[in-house]
Amino acid sequence: MTTTTYREAVREAIRQALRNDARVFLMGEDVGHYGGCFAVTKGLLDEFGPERIRDTPLSESAFVGAGIGAALNGMRPIVEIMTVNFSLLALDQIINNAATLLHMSGGQFNVPLVIRMATGGGKQLAAQHSHSLEGWYGHIPGIKVLTPATIEDARWMLATALADPDPVLIFENQTLYNMEGVLDPKVTFVDIDHARVHRAGDHISIITYGVGLWKSLDAAEKLAAEGIEADVIDLRALRPLDNETFLGSLAKTHRALIVDEGWRSGGISAEISARIMEIGFYDLDMPVQRVCGAEVPMPYAKHLELAALPQPETIAAAARKMVRKNG
Amino acid sequence: MSTDGRDFLYQMLRIRRFEEKCVELYSAEKIRGFLHLYIGEEAVAVGSISCLAPDDAIVATYREHGQALVRGVSASAIMAEMYGKLEGCARGRGGSMHFFDAQKRLYGGNAIVGGGLPLSLGLALADKMQSRQRVTCCVFGDGAVAEGEFHESMNLASLWKLPVLFLCENNLYAMGTALQFEHSVTELVKKADAYNVAAAAVDGMDVFAVKAATQKALDYIRAGGGPYFLECRTYRFRAHSMFDAELYRSKAEVQEWKKRDPIATLSARLKGEGAITGADIEQMERKVADEVSEAVNFAEAGPWEPVEDLTRFVYSERTPS
Repeated sequence: MTTTTYREAVREAIRQALRNDARVFLMGEDVGHYGGCFAVTKGLLDEFGPERIRDTPLSESAFVGAGIGAALNGMRPIVEIMTVNFSLLALDQIINNAATLLHMSGGQFNVPLVIRMATGGGKQLAAQHSHSLEGWYGHIPGIKVLTPATIEDARWMLATALADPDPVLIFENQTLYNMEGVLDPKVTFVDIDHARVHRAGDHISIITYGVGLWKSLDAAEKLAAEGIEADVIDLRALRPLDNETFLGSLAKTHRALIVDEGWRSGGISAEISARIMEIGFYDLDMPVQRVCGAEVPMPYAKHLELAALPQPETIAAAARKMVRKNG
Repeated sequence: MSTDGRDFLYQMLRIRRFEEKCVELYSAEKIRGFLHLYIGEEAVAVGSISCLAPDDAIVATYREHGQALVRGVSASAIMAEMYGKLEGCARGRGGSMHFFDAQKRLYGGNAIVGGGLPLSLGLALADKMQSRQRVTCCVFGDGAVAEGEFHESMNLASLWKLPVLFLCENNLYAMGTALQFEHSVTELVKKADAYNVAAAAVDGMDVFAVKAATQKALDYIRAGGGPYFLECRTYRFRAHSMFDAELYRSKAEVQEWKKRDPIATLSARLKGEGAITGADIEQMERKVADEVSEAVNFAEAGPWEPVEDLTRFVYSERTPS
């Protein structure tokens, strides 16, 4: 067992990809000389040189499009976008090209591209650096959306994404980069097709992803002290969405609470809730509940930002209310 | 020059007659959606695309019938695509605006103005990183030059010395917005200076001039000079699409440009030089008519994609090497 951080795990994943496959290269804003906005790519320029660690101009559309073109022409690019809010400047390329070309060309042109970006709030960066738009990307057919929450997924999801013939977006929650943990040396691969049950309990299913996993686990500990046991499910991928795992959990607990840092209206939590209605309705003992990000652009002030995001206390309170109601 | 000249005339006639048939088929409701005709601009596609090597790449726009035909995508596959048939060059998923052909290295048919430019950077970057001597020819119009993606792409291509031929078809209108209403600097070739990109402007109604300018640009790119911006000044004789009352330009202006019709002028020139006879042209026309009618028959006879296959090609069905 090796102690590491989420940041180092991502870096090691990139390093391994560069070592193993000459077609892989990394490009993005400040990935080289600066070492990455979140220091994820520190040292890679020295190790791999400027051909493979490419600092780009602040031209999100151009360098994301360049990633698509390079992927079409034999390379396996990893494109880093500094934060999810900046990815909006490249939406034309992501949606109109990356997600679309395979279908629009009648199956002739697949795009084996990986795009990584930081997501989420919690660092007082206000409304243009803090949103959680991964669920919104999950709306789009043609791309895959990954949300590594654990150090293990941070370490191994990239390789799985790079082996995929189609575009994969990886959302790294920016509050997780400093998280420490151990990596099991025996694990050298993760699939991206299955959600994972992190904690078993019979009373309620908490369905979440990304940093929501850690807040939900924290909440589950509080609840356990009160005799309420929660299943905590990390979705891991928002597209494709693994229905089986959360529906299986629901069949056991009969109560579903969805925790999502993204906005409630039209978000991934709404999609999960709809699927439960469509497929798991008769397993429910009570209506599905949600703890989501407040429907405001993210404020700067710490107390307001804390109030805008799901917290262990608000998650525990929601779960408690659900279990006590008919328990 | 006469051999080139005859072939150029033939290629331009192919595009013209093919599209004239498309207009009929549109009226007959065989072709639907948007149909953007290239009529009037044929010299640009013929003069430029004919200079490319078979392994060079093309990224085109929604007005790409000409490029596809000159590149060698079969008229039948193109017509079937416009019919929305299975045997179309994109299995009926694309239509008139989205022709693709992996074998011919035609990467669309992009209907977002400017959207193909970033793509061309990556195609060229991959060639450069893998030490291949290919060029990516990226076609776009004067409208795209106002898009941010144009400016981002010119900058990045120049910075990384990417082998891209930026081929601007300046037909003076971004849909219905005239050049002077869309650009603070209307001499588009000047934009290249800001990015240290080599550039030239050429008479896009003269197929020989387009060919010579393209050849020069390709030589420059293949010698490692980096990207090249070539502005071809041309004119669209027909409406922007089939839904355009042409309120933004006068009939007199269109008539004035029609005097420079690239087919009529080349034909007159070749006749004047004694390089071609009226009988030669008639024979050419018959050959073209046969090709067009064969394409229509192919499209008419072809099968539809089964509806069960609707959701295919959203994700790959194969694992690439």
